[in-house]
Amino acid sequence: MQYHAPTSVDDALRLLAAGNGNCQILAGGTDLLVRLRSEMGDEPESILDIKRIEELRTITPEAGGWRIGAAVSGAEMGEHPALVADWPGVVEAMNLIGSTQIQGRATLAGNLCNASPAADSVPAMVAAGAMARIAGPDGARDIPVSEVPTGPGRTSLGKAEFITSIYLPPRPEGGGDAYLRFTPRSEMDIAVVGCGVALTLDGAGICISARVSLGAVGPVVMLVEAGAGALVGTEVDDAALDALAAACSDAASPIDDKRGTVAFRTHVAGVLARRAASIAKTRAGGAS
Amino acid sequence: MSKIHVTTTINGDPVDFLCDPGETLLDVLRDRLGMTGSKEGCGTGDCGACSVTVEGRLVCSCLMLGAEAEGREIATIEGMADGETLHPLQRKFIEHAALQCGICTPGILVAAKSLLERNPDPTEEETRYWLAGNLCRCTGYDKIIRAVMDAAKDMREAS
Repeated sequence: MQYHAPTSVDDALRLLAAGNGNCQILAGGTDLLVRLRSEMGDEPESILDIKRIEELRTITPEAGGWRIGAAVSGAEMGEHPALVADWPGVVEAMNLIGSTQIQGRATLAGNLCNASPAADSVPAMVAAGAMARIAGPDGARDIPVSEVPTGPGRTSLGKAEFITSIYLPPRPEGGGDAYLRFTPRSEMDIAVVGCGVALTLDGAGICISARVSLGAVGPVVMLVEAGAGALVGTEVDDAALDALAAACSDAASPIDDKRGTVAFRTHVAGVLARRAASIAKTRAGGAS
Repeated sequence: MSKIHVTTTINGDPVDFLCDPGETLLDVLRDRLGMTGSKEGCGTGDCGACSVTVEGRLVCSCLMLGAEAEGREIATIEGMADGETLHPLQRKFIEHAALQCGICTPGILVAAKSLLERNPDPTEEETRYWLAGNLCRCTGYDKIIRAVMDAAKDMREAS
């Protein structure tokens, strides 16, 4: 196994193209090093550390939104007041992952590419309408975050591609977002269900747009159109929240495992959606 | 397999080492540099016994490659005391008997020092959350939290 630490995206792409296709990208390494250590899978041909690429280490304002480099840690996101002010749900979701030590290394792009159905940051990014910028042999392309994971541990990225940044769009006037997860413990745990909500209220407090997403209740993150439909046109009042909860429980198609049963996860998907929407509404400036 | 030559700084001292590409910083510290203060509990980033700081940022050294240390500033438990003079956190851990077997202690001290550098006056809740990634199977945590809170108080009064 070889270790490479290129200092530019172009150098990284050349190394990827020159390899045999079994090169692992190292950002925070909090999933990769665990995987390398476990007996599962072949040792990769090489490890490509992207943390020496300066442009991937920054959080930059862009067209009213934020471009977050693929090597930016969760801790760095939490320490960025303007980012937190715009997308508190996304930052909270990221900061829920692991311990202080994990936060010092773990990245949004890494959480996405690890492609765990229970990834905390992914439902929040999907609710926010985040885009992933993918560098590859034919140049850069932007795709919705929801199109990156294709199944547990699998992504739509080609062998010679990697994510260089995540783009969070401008927070709309009257917009607010939130992410909640259920875990048996309050810290150091993996989501049994996760739910992200981003919504926008007009001047009269009527919801004019919404995106609702669920994690850990299917093989990949789920955008719940019917959940959004339950909120749009309402004041996000109790009746709308009931309809939202029903839509989310309806959309959930979880598995039974040691962390939760189908019945429990289905119920909790609705409960979390209701609570996350209430928080998002408050953040959007709506009456509580 | 050729080894990687790494030049880094550990506890303020320049350090050179050779390591394998897949070797963790924890293995380098313990097996190549003889710095056995950082412990391996789980090797998967769950227990925090291997905690060190890199560029002032608290991390698990078991989840970082030795090769990544090139040009970085690393701080380990070995750099905490000033010669024979213990750090206030170390003194308070002894005073409060905040350890039994001691395996988790270096990681918790490094993590607690990192907390107090950022937040000299943490609440108990903040302290418990900050240290949630440091597992202790002996003490039940109360003595650890009391020792950290007491050390923080002493350090505030001394500054």
